[in-house]
Amino acid sequence: MPGLFLFDPLSIFFIFVIAIVSLPSAVYSVGYLKGGGSRFATTLSWILLCLFVASMGLVVTVNNVIAFLVAWEIMSLVSYFLVIADAKHERSVQAGTIYIIMTHIGTAFLVAAFMIMAKYAGSFNFAAIKSACLVMPPQIKNIIFLLLLVGFGTKAGIVPLHIWLPYAHPQAPSHISSIMSGVMIKTAIYGIIRFVIYLLSADTAWWGILILILAIISCLVGVIYALMEHDLKRLLAYHSVENIGIILLGVGLSMFFLSIHLPYLAVFSLIAGLYHLVNHAIFKGLLFLCAGSVYKATGTRDIEKLGGLIKKMPQTAVCFLLGAMAISALPPLNGFVSEWLTLQAFFLGAFKVTGVSRLFLGVCAALLALTGGLAAACFVKAFGITFLAQSRSRHAEEAKEVSLSMKVGMYFLSFLTVAFGLAAVPVMRLLAKVAGTATDVDTKGVIFSLNNFIVNPLAEKGIYLSPLWLALVLLILGAIAFALFLLPGRRKAVSYSTWDCGYYQLDARNEYTATAFSKPFRIAFSFFLLPYRRTQKIRESFYHVKSFVYETHTTPVFRKYGYAPVLALVFGIAKSMRRIQPGSIHLYLSYIFVTVILLILFMGRFH
Amino acid sequence: MDILITIAQLIVFIVVSPFISGLISKIKNNIRMRKGQSIFQPYYNFFKLFAKGEVVSQTASWIFKVTPFVVIASSLAAASLVPALITSGPSFFLGDFLALIFILALGRFFMALAALDTGSAFGGMGSSREMFISSLVEPAVCLVIFAVSLQFGTTNIASFSHIHMVSISSLAAVAALFFVVIAETSRIPVDNQETHLELTMVHEAMVLEYSGRSLALIELASYIKQMMWFFLIAQIIFPIALPIFGNGGQFFYWFLWYLARILIIAIAMAVVEASVAKMRLFRVADFLGFAVVLAMVATVCAILGV
Repeated sequence: MPGLFLFDPLSIFFIFVIAIVSLPSAVYSVGYLKGGGSRFATTLSWILLCLFVASMGLVVTVNNVIAFLVAWEIMSLVSYFLVIADAKHERSVQAGTIYIIMTHIGTAFLVAAFMIMAKYAGSFNFAAIKSACLVMPPQIKNIIFLLLLVGFGTKAGIVPLHIWLPYAHPQAPSHISSIMSGVMIKTAIYGIIRFVIYLLSADTAWWGILILILAIISCLVGVIYALMEHDLKRLLAYHSVENIGIILLGVGLSMFFLSIHLPYLAVFSLIAGLYHLVNHAIFKGLLFLCAGSVYKATGTRDIEKLGGLIKKMPQTAVCFLLGAMAISALPPLNGFVSEWLTLQAFFLGAFKVTGVSRLFLGVCAALLALTGGLAAACFVKAFGITFLAQSRSRHAEEAKEVSLSMKVGMYFLSFLTVAFGLAAVPVMRLLAKVAGTATDVDTKGVIFSLNNFIVNPLAEKGIYLSPLWLALVLLILGAIAFALFLLPGRRKAVSYSTWDCGYYQLDARNEYTATAFSKPFRIAFSFFLLPYRRTQKIRESFYHVKSFVYETHTTPVFRKYGYAPVLALVFGIAKSMRRIQPGSIHLYLSYIFVTVILLILFMGRFH
Repeated sequence: MDILITIAQLIVFIVVSPFISGLISKIKNNIRMRKGQSIFQPYYNFFKLFAKGEVVSQTASWIFKVTPFVVIASSLAAASLVPALITSGPSFFLGDFLALIFILALGRFFMALAALDTGSAFGGMGSSREMFISSLVEPAVCLVIFAVSLQFGTTNIASFSHIHMVSISSLAAVAALFFVVIAETSRIPVDNQETHLELTMVHEAMVLEYSGRSLALIELASYIKQMMWFFLIAQIIFPIALPIFGNGGQFFYWFLWYLARILIIAIAMAVVEASVAKMRLFRVADFLGFAVVLAMVATVCAILGV
């Protein structure tokens, strides 16, 4: 079937992203699945994994909306089964239910959008739709755009449609979480690029602006929730919401620039977005695998019960540290390059546009910087509390390093976080081709890289970044400092216990907890998080307090004020509908009779 | 040649930066009608610490040991990006104004981890507060860079390493940057370098477990970082072409002004520190919010072209 597939640079890029995360995750799963469940369960999970990867591959390569929907649906269903793989747990089933409902609401919007497109094109083929979109009335285009945005936004986890993500991703087995968070949500980004930029050619300015606003909200909401989260995998899931936001900033900027006819800037922004996309796939995949290792070794995902793992699992710790550094955008790792590019896209855009748009871009850039700062804080918490200091529980005390196959998976992705940081120049070149195809811009004459520098061709005076040189300079400076440190004349280093104020031997109970670490943020963002706490003194007598209960929670704003009322409404309607279903066969027969009569009357109108 | 100038700049930073700290402390003490420590005290401290042994916590891992080198490397890499002696050359190819924030974040990240590593509650406290403050600093810095680079049409730092007009936007940007520097160099009212009171300390709480040469390196790194910020502020608000090797007299005046502008900033910093009281941690959010507002003003001014 030569006509069913499409292998342009955009599709190939996404195939590549799927491959680099799925491969190590599959290797990892060999060790991860060992000792858990029967042979049958293991075989089943392998089959589902293969189906899952294959369906994602289909989603990004078909050139026909019907085939796209079929592949999309297979992907959703298979991932649902993977989420509930651990069906013994009540929470898995609940998470799966939320996921499948949300994903189908999304699919419904996609079906609507595709039907309108196909109606105008008279064909389901992408090429036909693309040419039809050129002559489509703008209001129809707007409707299609909004439908697509909701449809793909649900899968991507844009706020406020992110609600399923922090449930489903942590509940799946870790190698599946890694693929879901690393790759599956990216297929939605593929959808937005393919349908909105490539097919609808993104010619309306407010589309890009709307995506930018949603993206920046996703960034902030994702990272603020992540800061409050103490479940390691759920923390990572919230960071997926944040990072999807960062990717969409690049995509949205690109759409904005396309609509105001700045094609090279559009390509540059899309490069930034795509670069962050592949980076996020790598480091989020890595972090989920590491979190899985921690879970496998300790049996808990609650970071308040962990600690000191850097000594028990040194290799996992190094991998997690690399992932944490990459996601916090620290040089010279990959996240740094793509976040720099995204900020740069904002700045370059601001040099070219005028008036209020400038201010808007500046504010977006500032909020992105805030997100970066908060993400770094969150990963100091995640790594520091999980891996450093003393173990807070017996589980963490007895943790052992994980098996070889798991380590291989983590090593591979760790290597990629470094490689995609240092080799920014060739990556930029390849991405320029991909972004060029998606935006229909000829990028032959534009130079995005020169020797070892990422160059910005669009600013008057060159803007440079060389992750490779930067890494080298950091290394040399660090080495010089180390040499200085080793100079003779130093007295010996003594190993001694941590300063305990001369009081008593410190133990893990004296350590700072994750709750304490995030307290300043909880207070600063209390207008949004609406935290509440309960304190209770348990007394033995009036004079002696035996123990003290302290509980603190934040209010899940979206669930409580967004989804709960809708759910209540749905259940309310369902309850009242029950009245017409009393179980009497006579009544049902009369319903059928009435329906038939009405249908006949209705059909009569067409003759 | 360019590389040599960059190396020379780094050496100047290493040698001179403790002096600036000593100077601020001296001025501060004089304002408070105290005699104060010698202006060279940071050097004495450095050599004292350098000759001493170290106590390393048993709880600590390799993160604790490697952090001083990461911190000083990131400070120096940042210092190589500001126009103090260099106006062009390889340093500006390493990264631009934006890269600067990321490079500084590297050192901060490791510092915060090392603070958690020893398992002391003080360290955790410092780490949490530092990350809180720095994440609020970030949008202000970003907007300042935005405002400044709008004027020059690029984020390349080399673009303002020459004489240029000082606009209203620059003034507002510098005011915002001054707030940022107060927070970044742990000064009153955000933090206090002179105290080890657990209720207030931030940076000092993080380095509490360090001693000997490691501490010396970390302190040097913070001196360098401070000097780097001062030079950035100076170049935005007191622009100077670098360096003029004309006749002797001309060079003398150039050099005088070159030093005087750093002195002015140091005095301003000392006056602020001596005249305000330390803030509660949660009021720091308002303080840095004000910095963001100033940076917004700078951005709006830059857009209006004033």
